[in-house]
Amino acid sequence: MISLLRSIGLIFLHMFRKRETIQYPEEKVVLHPRWRGRIVLTRDPDGGERCVGCYLCAAACPVDCISLQATEDEHGRRYPAFFRINFSRCIFCGYCEEACPTYAIQLTPDFEMGEYNRQNLVYEKEDLLIDSQGKYPGYNYYKVAGLSAGVKGKGEGANEEPPVDIRSLIP
Amino acid sequence: MVRIYIDQKPYDVKPGKNLLETCLTLGLDLPYFCWHPAMGSVGACRQCAVKVFKDENDKAGRLVMACMEGVRDNMYLSVNDTVAHDFRSQNIEWLMSNHPHDCAVCDEGGSCHLQDMTVMTGHAYRRFRFPKRTYQNQYLGPFLHHEMNRCIQCYRCVRFYKDYAGGKDLDVFAAHNHVYFGREKDGVLENEFSGNLAEVCPTGVFTDKTLREHYTRKWDMTMAPSVCQHCSLGCNIIAGERYGALRQITNRFNGAVNGYFICDRGRYGYEFVNDPDRVRQPVIHAEKEGRNLFESLSGILTEGKLIGIGSPRASLEANFALRRLVGEENFYQGIPENEAELLRKILAIQHSGHVHTPSLKETEYADVTLVLGEDPTNSAPRLALALRQAVRTKPLEDIAGSNIPLWNDAAIREMIQDEKGELFMAYPVNTKLDEIASGALHAAPEDIARFGFAIAHFIDGHAPVPEGMEPQTLESARRVADLLEKAERPLIVSGTTLFNGDIIQAAYQIGQALEKGERKAALCFVLPECNSAGLALMQAPSLAMAMKAAETGKFATAVVLENDLYRRAERSEVDRFFSTFENCIVLDHLENDTARRATVLIPTATFAEGEGTLVNNEERAQRFFQVFMPKNEHIRESWRWLDEFRQFRDGSRPDELRELDNLLEELVSAMPQFKGAEMAAPLSDFRINGQRIPREPHRFSGRTAMLANVAVSEPKPPEDTDSPLSFTMEGYRGLPPAPLTPFYWSPGWNSGQSMHKYQSEAGGSLRGGDPGVRLSGDGVHFSNGLQGTIPSAFKRQDNEMALVPLPHIFGSDELSVRSSSVEGRSPRAYIALSSLDAERLHAAEGSILQMRIGGQVFDLPVTLKNELPEGLAGLPYNLPSMSGITWPAKGVLTNTAL
Ligand code: SF4
Ligand code: SF4
Ligand code: SF4
Ligand code: SF4
Ligand code: FES
Repeated sequence: MISLLRSIGLIFLHMFRKRETIQYPEEKVVLHPRWRGRIVLTRDPDGGERCVGCYLCAAACPVDCISLQATEDEHGRRYPAFFRINFSRCIFCGYCEEACPTYAIQLTPDFEMGEYNRQNLVYEKEDLLIDSQGKYPGYNYYKVAGLSAGVKGKGEGANEEPPVDIRSLIP
Repeated sequence: MVRIYIDQKPYDVKPGKNLLETCLTLGLDLPYFCWHPAMGSVGACRQCAVKVFKDENDKAGRLVMACMEGVRDNMYLSVNDTVAHDFRSQNIEWLMSNHPHDCAVCDEGGSCHLQDMTVMTGHAYRRFRFPKRTYQNQYLGPFLHHEMNRCIQCYRCVRFYKDYAGGKDLDVFAAHNHVYFGREKDGVLENEFSGNLAEVCPTGVFTDKTLREHYTRKWDMTMAPSVCQHCSLGCNIIAGERYGALRQITNRFNGAVNGYFICDRGRYGYEFVNDPDRVRQPVIHAEKEGRNLFESLSGILTEGKLIGIGSPRASLEANFALRRLVGEENFYQGIPENEAELLRKILAIQHSGHVHTPSLKETEYADVTLVLGEDPTNSAPRLALALRQAVRTKPLEDIAGSNIPLWNDAAIREMIQDEKGELFMAYPVNTKLDEIASGALHAAPEDIARFGFAIAHFIDGHAPVPEGMEPQTLESARRVADLLEKAERPLIVSGTTLFNGDIIQAAYQIGQALEKGERKAALCFVLPECNSAGLALMQAPSLAMAMKAAETGKFATAVVLENDLYRRAERSEVDRFFSTFENCIVLDHLENDTARRATVLIPTATFAEGEGTLVNNEERAQRFFQVFMPKNEHIRESWRWLDEFRQFRDGSRPDELRELDNLLEELVSAMPQFKGAEMAAPLSDFRINGQRIPREPHRFSGRTAMLANVAVSEPKPPEDTDSPLSFTMEGYRGLPPAPLTPFYWSPGWNSGQSMHKYQSEAGGSLRGGDPGVRLSGDGVHFSNGLQGTIPSAFKRQDNEMALVPLPHIFGSDELSVRSSSVEGRSPRAYIALSSLDAERLHAAEGSILQMRIGGQVFDLPVTLKNELPEGLAGLPYNLPSMSGITWPAKGVLTNTAL
């Protein structure tokens, strides 16, 4: 009996606390930049697609909801021919972002993805690719990689020597 | 057995091996780069360091390279010693100091030995901050991509390409830390085994260029153990699929057959599977519109007599299913009569008991080899690589007494210098093997046969001697006879390439002459196609007989199995043949002229979409497994279709129809010569701990997304009723039985180098024995296949040219030439002539001459080959533009420009 009254009293006191519930959707939630929501594919500082189609995100994904096919342009630059995420499976764990060596795939603080039809939760590259560098500005993988894919020539990278002249024996 | 102690634990190991092999055999993970089980050690990479102690009291020990130190009894060593461990991790740090930041875009990634070894040694963070060395890449042709920045200077590539495979155009250039592995200048890598560089190179310098066109990581492929379909040797391969397309072929180790290497035809010929011209839907060319497949088939199949034409490129099961559908007496081999005759002869010889039929591996140990009328580089490429090894390893016998172990590659090569084993080539034109041969004869097929008979005569005086041979040729016959007679393991290679039975007879006579008590000469025959032996063992009559039988008009319908008859006989004959039937059912996977003649065309599975058994040239039955389930349900194995057709004949209900196992069982009971074929792989109900063997690696990705564009709910994965393999990543993760190994993987070993985990000892045969079952041939009766007479010498005819078929590794195989990469290496049609013949026709290199063979006319540019005897011309064999010639052929050559 006493505990019952005590509980009622506590609940009564809560009426004077600050409200946690907000009037969504009229009122928006404040989400932090590292909040893990809708996934995007970003671009490098020069506007090129960052994703190089390495399949590491797909391999890291615990629910196997990423599938893609790598292809390359005439300069040998790799990019995904298609890139699909099945958001009806995604658990927003962020492993894909962690695995990505190019900062291409990033999770954003957007959770408003509700759909009536589950099929609409399948996002293709057109739905994923945005025109921004996202959370990690400044990085262009092809500038630091060794191969030349139309971004920089052999030996033109930041920390590279000019290509070896294989006909010379001078040390 | 000797006793060694590794990290204080005693092991009994085989003597004569080096420490690296020994550690790997014992299952210890010791990193290495430059050692290769087929090529021995050179100690170039310094990666395999271990500590060796003087005795059990020695605490200091010294660092040695495990691959350069042999095991000794009572040896104490340590793999885990801190100094050895630190040495290995620092060594790899140095190797990696110039390594590019490429893994994400490197095709090796995920099956990279360098990645694996880096992780294994624990070198995780880069400390080297200085600029990296860079190189320009080279264009190397349609097969390999070059990215030289990734090289770690292990020298495996040149050791394989130059030393092992005899290539001339890949080498190491420059000096000190600038060494460069490539060609003298950009250009196509010429060697027929260049594709192996993608597997031999432990890094991403050389990678498969055709894979690049549809790049998939190893972990993402659905893979199955398979058998190469492009020549009669039956090399074992692993085929990988993703998104419904075949992506890559890699070598599958079989210690008795191909070992670690396959040829480029086998590696790159796979793209016919993805050909846009594939037959994908049943096509009904019936007069009446609106009939569906079931109705038209029941209309055609229920009435009248059927004739069945089998195929040497279809599986045993498919051929047998056809034979059962049409009845034994109406089943014919779909090959020309002379080819069937040659095959009968070869089988008779192989089962004569007088000669030994060697496995491909055994041919590597021959001490004297005679090649009679074959050009293995082009007709059975992997055999050419084996013969090279025979020539290379023979001199090693002489150093058996020295204290240099055989794995010490650099030292033994130094010791034997230029010494070579004996190889004698007899073929109408120069071949690639001529360069390592100790002698070569270029002559017309008749004269090659006579040369063979002469050799037989010199070995065994009772054998008849050919009349009127030139003294010079007789002299070399005597020399070869002498060598063969003294040899311990003589090998004679012959085959069907020149379509000459006398050559085969001569090879047999030599073999017979060499038979001495227990010692039998090895006779290795090259056959035309991947299942030529299997089809021939069914002992059905040839296509010519079928044509004769059809003329009576007693057959209403022909059922043609995976066979383009227009490649087997002249167009007019085939046209006449087809016109004798009311209906014709063709089962095939590729569009071709025969398929266009079909009343009903049935789409069938390629080797990648179905299961089957092939019998190779040594009569080894080998199973290939379905790699993936085609999305299109009309694509089924031929044997499944043919089995279903039986419902129209004998009313068997579709649900009573048989699975692969039952079909094989029936095959064996109907034809005892196939006994053993059913044991080529475990039956379909085989399980380990109740589990299937997964075709997909455990890190297979995208399961819930790859088909989500079609429907978001994942479909149930396809079930395999014909094999113990599953189409998923779930199942037994341990070592599967050797015939069921879909890919090589072991914890920490993602690349193909994990193969040693599957072997009974590093570099040895697979655990549980190498796959494949040699057929005994019981119950085959080949009447009088063993007789033959000496042909008369070749004589030039005034009005006609005699023609020999010249096969080409890239171009002569019907299926692989549909791969764009292989097609790019295939020669254009030509006619090869000696300059004497060319002059007579006022032609020079490149001039166009007209060749009339029977009813067919070809305009061909001249290629001069002066080694050809006068009056004999060579034509490329079976190029798509030149098929339908009945060999051996004669033709009239004219210069129309005159
Ligand atoms: S967030 Fe996690 S579940 Fe979602 S795609 Fe990335 S790895 Fe997969
Ligand atoms: S990990 Fe990054 S670069 Fe690699 S495929 Fe995924 S998104 Fe593209
Ligand atoms: S060779 Fe191996 S380690 Fe080097 S970039 Fe390629 S995958 Fe990475
Ligand atoms: S190219 Fe490959 S095989 Fe050749 S030395 Fe370099 S890493 Fe070794
Ligand atoms: S593997 Fe021993 S030194 Fe290279």
